[in-house]
Amino acid sequence: MFGPLVVKPSKSKGDKTGSWRVKLRPKYLQKNCIACKMCALICPEGCIQGKEKNTYISDYNYCKGCGLCAQVCPKADIVMIEEGSEGEKK
Amino acid sequence: MEYNPLFKPGHTACVGCGQAVAARLVIEAAGSNTIVVNNTGCLEVFSTKYPETAWGVPWIHSLFENAAAVASGVEAALIYLGKSPPNGGMPPITPTADSANGGKAAKDTINVIAQGGDGGTADIGLQALSGMLERGHNILYCCYDNEAYENTGVQRSGLTPYATNTTTTPPGTKSIGNIRPKKPMPEIANAHGIAYVATASAGFPQDIQRKVKKAMSIKGPKYLQIHVPCPLGWRHGPELTLEVAKLAVETGLYPLIEYENGKLTAVRKIQPKPVEEYLKVQGRFKHLLNNPEEIKKIQAIADANIEKYNLKVKPGAT
Repeated sequence: MFGPLVVKPSKSKGDKTGSWRVKLRPKYLQKNCIACKMCALICPEGCIQGKEKNTYISDYNYCKGCGLCAQVCPKADIVMIEEGSEGEKK
Repeated sequence: MEYNPLFKPGHTACVGCGQAVAARLVIEAAGSNTIVVNNTGCLEVFSTKYPETAWGVPWIHSLFENAAAVASGVEAALIYLGKSPPNGGMPPITPTADSANGGKAAKDTINVIAQGGDGGTADIGLQALSGMLERGHNILYCCYDNEAYENTGVQRSGLTPYATNTTTTPPGTKSIGNIRPKKPMPEIANAHGIAYVATASAGFPQDIQRKVKKAMSIKGPKYLQIHVPCPLGWRHGPELTLEVAKLAVETGLYPLIEYENGKLTAVRKIQPKPVEEYLKVQGRFKHLLNNPEEIKKIQAIADANIEKYNLKVKPGAT
């Protein structure tokens, strides 16, 4: 077989695409979450995880900050905040 | 159970990519017992940046036009190796003693998915796709329809809708953009007399997963076309991806339909919205907003869809 072969699956995990975020990042308030899983379902990166209510969180190593999760959240429990602003640390 | 997605983060899709959403939903619904064959296109480029891959399943890319042909070979090899029921699991035309063996338990069989963008499906790969559908291979073909060759810089494809601004159909004093209507790929696939043809949209994620699971339970060739917004080529904000996809369905421009054995069995009923709502959020239709004549023509396309598939919710129904 000619051509490039990648023998180990899922190697892209080494690519920390989180550095692509320039302006906004999602903040998971984890207050009114009803565990509807919509955010995890529609994340283009597939980097949102969680099991129960108020446990859903994005992996900021990969999150590109598109804001789809904040748009889709029925409880408005995810907000987009400025990168490096006050609320980021909490 | 540890979280172990089959389509890993770290791929290089644009911010807010609809295709990345749909591709992950499809492979999660299909499960790990799957072999994926990919056309050239955005999905192939961003998910497998050599030497890395986002896929947790066996994945192969050959050329732009032949995902369907390569998938046919993969499926034939699985039958030869005894890992898939003969004849793609389809019941033989004349029943024999072996036909009871045709419906082998689903967990034993290996799914084969061929997938590509709209250019690789409707233009370049149509011949290979048609051959696959006609020969009756047990394969799900997924077309991620982002309505242009987005990967190479937004050139017009056969699935680009009427009056769209692309780099090869720029609007101006003599032109209103793409002069040809969208190619009716679901109808073309359905005309092959295959068991399952459906359209889905990235705006309705549960619907995509339901349709993939349904397709996997059916033997024979299946065709699924998923409408995936492209923030770069369609020129809308990355956070609007799902909203744009939903609007396309709700205006009637992208009807969600299901054909089983040639018959229309299900449609998503809508309360039709005016097409302006869909057009005004996208930069690729910006030139139309001061052109009511052209908007009327696009509204006529939506109305024809609503009429053809009987999309409208009956008055009084909720």
